[in-house]
Amino acid sequence: MKRIKINEQHCIGCRLCEIHCLVQHSKSKKIIKAFREERESIVPGIHVEESGYVSFALQCRHCEDAPCIEACMTGAMYRDPETEAVICDQDRCVGCWMCVMVCPVAAIRRGPEDQVASKCDLCMEAEIPVCVVNCPNEALVYEDDAVR
Amino acid sequence: MQLRKWLVEPEFRIERDPEKCIQCGVCVRQCANDVHEYDEEEEVVYSDSTNCVSCHRCATLCPTDAISIRPFPLEFRPNAVWTASTLRNLYKQADIGGVLLTGMGNDQDQPMYWDRMLLNASQVTNPSIDPLREPMELLTYIGRKPDSVQFERIAGQPRMTTQLEPQLQLQVPVMFAAMSYGSISYNASVALAQAAQQVGTFANTGEGGLHKDLREYADHMIVQVASGRFGVDSDYLNTGAAVEIKIGQGAKPGIGGHLPGEKVDAAISATRMIPEGTDALSPAPHHDIYSIEDLRQLIYAIKEAVCYSKPILVKIAAVHNVSAIASGCVRAGADVLVIDGYRGGTGAAPTMVRNNVGIPIEFALAAVDSRLREEGIRHQASLIASGGIRCSADVAKAIALGADAVNIGTAALVAMGCHLCQKCYTGKCNWGIATQDPYLTKRLNPNIATRRLVSLLESWALEIKELMGGMGINAVESLRGNREHLRGLGLTNRELQILGIKAAGE
Repeated sequence: MKRIKINEQHCIGCRLCEIHCLVQHSKSKKIIKAFREERESIVPGIHVEESGYVSFALQCRHCEDAPCIEACMTGAMYRDPETEAVICDQDRCVGCWMCVMVCPVAAIRRGPEDQVASKCDLCMEAEIPVCVVNCPNEALVYEDDAVR
Repeated sequence: MQLRKWLVEPEFRIERDPEKCIQCGVCVRQCANDVHEYDEEEEVVYSDSTNCVSCHRCATLCPTDAISIRPFPLEFRPNAVWTASTLRNLYKQADIGGVLLTGMGNDQDQPMYWDRMLLNASQVTNPSIDPLREPMELLTYIGRKPDSVQFERIAGQPRMTTQLEPQLQLQVPVMFAAMSYGSISYNASVALAQAAQQVGTFANTGEGGLHKDLREYADHMIVQVASGRFGVDSDYLNTGAAVEIKIGQGAKPGIGGHLPGEKVDAAISATRMIPEGTDALSPAPHHDIYSIEDLRQLIYAIKEAVCYSKPILVKIAAVHNVSAIASGCVRAGADVLVIDGYRGGTGAAPTMVRNNVGIPIEFALAAVDSRLREEGIRHQASLIASGGIRCSADVAKAIALGADAVNIGTAALVAMGCHLCQKCYTGKCNWGIATQDPYLTKRLNPNIATRRLVSLLESWALEIKELMGGMGINAVESLRGNREHLRGLGLTNRELQILGIKAAGE
């Protein structure tokens, strides 16, 4: 499957990936409106981890043996048959946070108002995830597993 | 040192459009000068313009284009003599003392002679050539050419018997000027080397030594020997494609160099072969070169060291008696002469030197080419024009004036992202080019920078071919030193005479 590859040596910690992730998952998909009206209600599926000058943008790795799917008691966490991405159906999520507990890379976060889990969905509506498109330094690359 | 606020108004003013700003903080994280600050209590980004250098990093990365930067609107009382920059310099010096420093090339409003020369085109009496349909040759060989060429016939076929001196082969008559690892970041050095290899031209190590990772590009690297002799050993000389002896630099003729100890980290210390954390001081002169004869000794010492297998370049700044100096350098054994005009860039130079010392490359190039021709030694050395080459038309004009090829430094940095804020000497380059701070150097992805440099050279190559085609020329060799293809615009008789060109209309 196609995954987002992280080149941490090129990550400059600007957090534009987080910003565009939020916009992409907003209702309006317009940056100014999204930040004005929905900033508090959306948790980006990507998060920049920083320590000193080292930084990288972490998002769900869409593991082959995803423990979050195993751990999900309501079946909200599932694998999309088409893209093989691990997706959280927020309508079914009850916020038990088992997925948050078992995620080996801490890529699942407590979502809006601490009700449901929030994670990367590889931008199902976009051809290339917006974090990759908007990374100014090509620290994020979207490519097939085979390339790795 | 922070200047006291009461005498120094900011140079620029940051205007933040409150309707567009989303307080995302990208600008805060991108500014190495701490201009922007996020106030957590009020959840607002504030900007203090005092330290803004107008490098545009924040404005370029702002996702909503909320930031604009303008010259500070508080203007001094108009005065043609005591201009704003003169007053600012005086206030600065009165406050902190010392020599005014700056970076990049001369930014003063002095005449650009490239813009006062116009190229020719064919009409009716000779055909122009379409470079997209017919072959065009930009291939250039740099190095000493023989006095004459002998042939013999073997089985009816002619074969050259003259032994040629070593040459550098350039696919495009443009090379990257000397920029040391230390003055620019590791990523910038890698990008220049990679681009030179991909395009088939040469990058130059400057006086920074050759980083071990760059040895794989050594076929496309010219290694420099300057007055500090940093990073020089037999291996270094033999690894590069050619060796350049740097006598002077256009931005600061007669002045040495100084890489502050804070920038000399483990990698730079290993590459320059100096202790970590020590200042890298390049003396103003080479202490073993006080005459043309001394230069000859060094040239031949290096030729011996590399077994006469590589051309030796000598780089001099364009100064008043440049043609006599150039003649001496060629007679001393230089295979290639690089002349750096007064608009050449630098990582750091005293402002007064940068703005007031040296002469324009246009005059220096024409004078040197004419002098070497008159003395019958023009073929003994190739000429490289450097210092303020901005576009492909400048390249074409330089070649028509007599250059074999040109060096570009500033144009290459701009292709990598440089916005000419002229603060290279502070080590706080927000574009990750002229800095060694790992937080900043990461900002230059060498793969992106390489791609952009390659694009730049390829587009210049296309444009040079278009210009040549218009002139009815299909090989850059036919343009070289062909001053009939240049006409002067608004130049005095004396200037036309020195440039060796006719006036427009003649």
